[in-house]
Amino acid sequence: MALDKIWVFCEAGDDGVATITLEMLAKAREVAGTVEVFCGGDGAACAAELGDHGVTAVHATGDLDGRMKGVSVASAVAAAISDGGVVAPDAILLGTTYDGRDVAARLSVKLDVSVLSNVVDLRLDGDRLVGVEPVFGGTLNVTSRFTGGGPDIWLVRPKSFEPAAVGGSPAEVVDLPVPDLGSTGGAVVQDRFTEESEGPKLDEAAIVVSGGRGLGAAEAYSLIEGLAKQLGAAPGASRAIVDAGWVPYSYQVGQTGKVVKPTVYIACGISGATQHLVGMKGSKNIIAINKDSEAPIFAVADLGIVGDVHKVLPKLTEALESR
Amino acid sequence: MKVVVCVKQIPDPADPGALDPETRTLRRNVKLILDESDSYGVEMALQLVDAAGEGSVHLVSMVPNDEVSGLRTALAMGADSATLISDEVLAGSDALGTSRVLAAAIERAEPDLVLAATESSDGYTGVVPAQVAELLGLPSVTFAKEIAVEGSAATVRRQTEAGADLVECPLPAVVSVTAGVVEPRYPSFRGIMQAKNKPVDQLKIADLGIAAERVGWAGAGQEITDVAEAPERAAGEVVVDEGDAHERIVAFLDELKVI
Repeated sequence: MALDKIWVFCEAGDDGVATITLEMLAKAREVAGTVEVFCGGDGAACAAELGDHGVTAVHATGDLDGRMKGVSVASAVAAAISDGGVVAPDAILLGTTYDGRDVAARLSVKLDVSVLSNVVDLRLDGDRLVGVEPVFGGTLNVTSRFTGGGPDIWLVRPKSFEPAAVGGSPAEVVDLPVPDLGSTGGAVVQDRFTEESEGPKLDEAAIVVSGGRGLGAAEAYSLIEGLAKQLGAAPGASRAIVDAGWVPYSYQVGQTGKVVKPTVYIACGISGATQHLVGMKGSKNIIAINKDSEAPIFAVADLGIVGDVHKVLPKLTEALESR
Repeated sequence: MKVVVCVKQIPDPADPGALDPETRTLRRNVKLILDESDSYGVEMALQLVDAAGEGSVHLVSMVPNDEVSGLRTALAMGADSATLISDEVLAGSDALGTSRVLAAAIERAEPDLVLAATESSDGYTGVVPAQVAELLGLPSVTFAKEIAVEGSAATVRRQTEAGADLVECPLPAVVSVTAGVVEPRYPSFRGIMQAKNKPVDQLKIADLGIAAERVGWAGAGQEITDVAEAPERAAGEVVVDEGDAHERIVAFLDELKVI
């Protein structure tokens, strides 16, 4: 038996609707009769694309005027449900993104319901969803369900489902007014900065080259960037070197970072802590370069090179250059 | 300026233990240490108080037993005092139950600013900071890369998908700090000695006016129905570099037709 209605938190990507949103829509269509989205922003701009992915209605707040998305959207959804303006959905799906987590957290308090985070699969069990979360570096899959009243709030890891357009007429745009946020609404965005990075985005690249503590020093990260540039790949990082401040958090691949599933993942000087493995072991092919032949990364690598990244990487980059 | 930092004591990630087959949650009977993710919030708080020229750093933490060694680490870094809600009924708490307890303890401390990590290293739900803010009726800015406090407002540089947002936020507020943005200091010998005598106020949830059925197993609105081994990925070819391993990599990339 399918759910009556699911709501998906819609986020904008570089070019229309964000991939994570489209991924969740594909799963939502499988498990629910009606799929609607809600967003903090303009609904009309994405109504056609969303309709193409099976969405019948877009509940949109309109421009937030710099107010934080988390508190604004969560307050608007909670108000719409409690006013009876909309019938509460059975489940709400949000991506494990910067704003998705904020919306889920605020909404869970407002609706007094639990949140389940980091799920990579959802399926029907009777008339309710159960979700699967990988733990211990993806060696165990834990299946959970909600026990209280709904709506059930799920935070979904990117790359868990395949987006698929099904062809549908544009979604209806429904106004989702943001109520007075009172003391919670004080934070306001003054300015937005885009970090121009060369090459493809980490979570969309066909090839990812990541560096870890085995690089030895922050300066050696240039070896990763050099190889990535040569391959048209995105540069990534293990948590260890993000924690050390060598590269920003946005580079991090792993449990507390981005999930990547490229055609080729090249792990350089990364030992393969469970924290890292959970973010990359879904890659189609894995190459690992590490001095320590006992490093756990070799257990998941299709090609393992026991060697020094400082020696192997320059030669590899040079060999690719000369082709 | 009074800064409260939420910190968590977790099993050492190098030896995380296992799932308890009875309760299907992480065993907590191993030695607990300060979550490394929290050391950035502690360091940020110490720096902000330094910059303000006055103030104090107070820790808030919860645990189902009376473990304090992780808190002592943060106190040795320089935090002034701590509240530890230690109560066996906290075992099994979900994120919302956790947030209820932390929020109640934070409220008593009457802070100007509340800092937390973006997510713990073990549970990593990533929702506690904003839940705490909502429970306290405060604004929040998550994923901070930089924080500056001036008067009764904070300016926060927040990580976004595209880059960063510069956010102005009146205080009090809750701000979560991403790892790596400051360099946590190592506790000095003097700091470690002083930490032993710093006040750690141990409370039960009844002291906070929270009913037992709102936390722990009873209050968690979720349950685990199954735990299964994930399919393993087989290891492939391993080559020891003799100066020509890069050629093997090029050949491999060639086979995959990605170059």
